Amino acid sequence: MSPLLHVKNVETYYGNIRALGGVDVMVEPGEIVCMIGANGAGKSTLMMTICGSPQARTGSVIFDGQDITRMPTHEIARLRIAQSPEGRRIFPRMTVYENLQMGASLDNLKYFNEDIEKIFTLFPRLKERQSQRGGTLSGGEQQMLSIGRALMARPKLLLLDEPSLGLAPLIVKGIFAAIKKLNEEEGLTVFLVEQNAFAALKLSHRGYVMVNGQVTMSGGGRELLANPEVRAAYLEGGHH
Amino acid sequence: MANISSPSVADPHEEPSLMARAFKEAFFAGLVSLGLFCLFVGVETYQNINNELVWRMRWGLLAVFVGVAAVGRFLNVAFIRPALDKRKLAKAKSGILDVSEDKGFFHRHFLKIALIALLIYPPVSVMLRGVQGSLLLVDNFGIQILIYVMLAWGLNIVVGLAGLLDLGYVAFYAVGAYSYALLSTHFGLSFWVLLPLAGIFAALWGIILGFPVLRLRGDYLAIVTLAFGEIIRLVLINWTEVTKGTFGISGIAKASIFGIWSFDVGSPSNFAKAFGLPMSSAYYKIFLFYVILLLCMLTAYVTIRLRRMPIGRAWEALREDEIACRSLGINTVTTKLTAFATGAMFGGFAGSFFAARQGFVSPESFVFIESAVILAIVVLGGMGSLTGIAIAAVVMVGGTELLREMNFLKVVFGPEFTPELYRMLIFGLAMVVVMLFKPRGFVGSRAPSAFLHKAKNVSGSFTKEGHG
Ligand SMILES: Nc1ncnc2c1ncn2[C@@H]1O[C@H](COP(=O)(O)OP(=O)(O)OP(=O)(O)O)[C@@H](O)[C@H]1O
Ligand SMILES: [Mg+2]
Repeated sequence: MSPLLHVKNVETYYGNIRALGGVDVMVEPGEIVCMIGANGAGKSTLMMTICGSPQARTGSVIFDGQDITRMPTHEIARLRIAQSPEGRRIFPRMTVYENLQMGASLDNLKYFNEDIEKIFTLFPRLKERQSQRGGTLSGGEQQMLSIGRALMARPKLLLLDEPSLGLAPLIVKGIFAAIKKLNEEEGLTVFLVEQNAFAALKLSHRGYVMVNGQVTMSGGGRELLANPEVRAAYLEGGHH
Repeated sequence: MANISSPSVADPHEEPSLMARAFKEAFFAGLVSLGLFCLFVGVETYQNINNELVWRMRWGLLAVFVGVAAVGRFLNVAFIRPALDKRKLAKAKSGILDVSEDKGFFHRHFLKIALIALLIYPPVSVMLRGVQGSLLLVDNFGIQILIYVMLAWGLNIVVGLAGLLDLGYVAFYAVGAYSYALLSTHFGLSFWVLLPLAGIFAALWGIILGFPVLRLRGDYLAIVTLAFGEIIRLVLINWTEVTKGTFGISGIAKASIFGIWSFDVGSPSNFAKAFGLPMSSAYYKIFLFYVILLLCMLTAYVTIRLRRMPIGRAWEALREDEIACRSLGINTVTTKLTAFATGAMFGGFAGSFFAARQGFVSPESFVFIESAVILAIVVLGGMGSLTGIAIAAVVMVGGTELLREMNFLKVVFGPEFTPELYRMLIFGLAMVVVMLFKPRGFVGSRAPSAFLHKAKNVSGSFTKEGHG
């Protein structure tokens, strides 16, 4: 089976500063894969590099057999890579409903009615709040909206940048359960970046550890959870 | 609070302190305005018999200004504000919110009423003032205001919807006006052919401006568009072979009623002659009134339709978050360019209309202050709300036009007072006042353009973004 996403030896720079130094990541179809690492390790940069802004300086990003390294961001999105980016980036002055519509703009709202029902069963809170402006939602609700909006695009690959950021443990549980459900029932492929290493590794089939722009470790989710080095650096020390 | 709201049973301790405060604040207001106006208003420069520039103090006028400020402040503190508080309190007590769903008849049918009022405006003016007398009402107020409504609605697409701060919008107005002026004088093309052409030319210029500024946002974009507006104006001034420079182009052909009746005095198909009416320029102005009304409605219709279409959605999303837009598959380059082009196109329409109305164009009509006024109308109206912008245009443009007519002000300020000289002062004052009381403009909340079910009033009304 060829991987859905293959990041090959990617280097990304911000000006002269190298944020990623030769990263290799592979995501198979139907997998949940997570990337953990300290602040500033380069996790969000990797997410954004996959989406083409900034573009990788060397190396390549292959999606579904196609080289997308030099493609503009909106065209990458049209290949059905949906993203819930760092900081959620919902449209604050638009209503929840309109935000979800924006997510479905790729298909020109063709499947909108059926898909929005799915999102509303997944996140009933969004249904209650559908005519509320995005900017007035609570942090957790905004996260749900950001994920919901990404799902409206019917993605083949869902990229999530810290879906648990700033959320109460119960809500994190809910969101992770939703991801798991989508993966099991619809075979959705997910690549997520997390600070909450424990929950993320438990959820994921496989995981990577990033340090200073380089992948230092990889393996099965449970395997990494049991790894003493990982435990020391990300689980026991600065617990989130 | 309670004793303010019922002055008849006023607490004896409360009432004098309010008055004392009002007097004190009035005194300070007077002092501040004395400082402010001392040089602006108090000093007048003029030339004496020997052609020397000398100055004198206008003590009387200065005193009137200071007096108006002090009395105004006094009235505000002593009476207006307590009355407003009282009303708010009463409203809060009775539990009626400002944003309740069941609005009055007038509110619900506002648009229909406004449209009907506009349609019957010219005949009513003729009835009230006679054919010749209606010129003032139809031309100076009606057409003038509607031109600004149209310009502001056009700019609203760029600034209000797409969030691209454009300080050079008047450039497209100029492109439209000169397209009409030049093509009609050189090639004799009619208004109805040139109107769409002018729109297309302006849209092209919109794209030409759009390309270099694609990467810019906010203040940087504002500066570049400002420069663009000035460049167009300087070209118009200096390219004298074509534009006749500062002399401008005169004798521009009038618009005709679809080529059937004309408004040229010598023409055999003259409108007034054809209907056996006495000659008057008022008919042309009345016709133009309906033309600009039609153009305004076209602008509104297109804006409303576009807002519900993917491209309009993309504009609004672009205003909110460019990165999110791209990650949703929206091509931000074409989205920005279409916003510039569409906005510019309406500016071009308005420009060619302007040229047909004036019969004369010169670079003087397209100075930066025009861009500023149009932008001010958009901001005052509430960035994105068509109704709000129309109200703002009526208040700002109508208000300043009204000022010309306010000869009674001479009674207050003395016989040498020329109200139109204070246009910009009043304009600025009005802007400050609106922004103080309505910081988000007349209609400050963005109306959603899509609902699943009919919007529930509660969630809709309580979630207006808070301010302050
Ligand atoms: N736009 C930028 N310009 C310059 N440097 C940047 C930019 N964005 C990120 N960096 C730098 O690149 C490095 C990696 O940042 P990145 O956001 O990818 O970290 P991260 O792993 O997502 O961290 P966190 O967990 O805190 O979100 C950091 O050192 C950061 O300072
Ligand atoms: Mg990050």
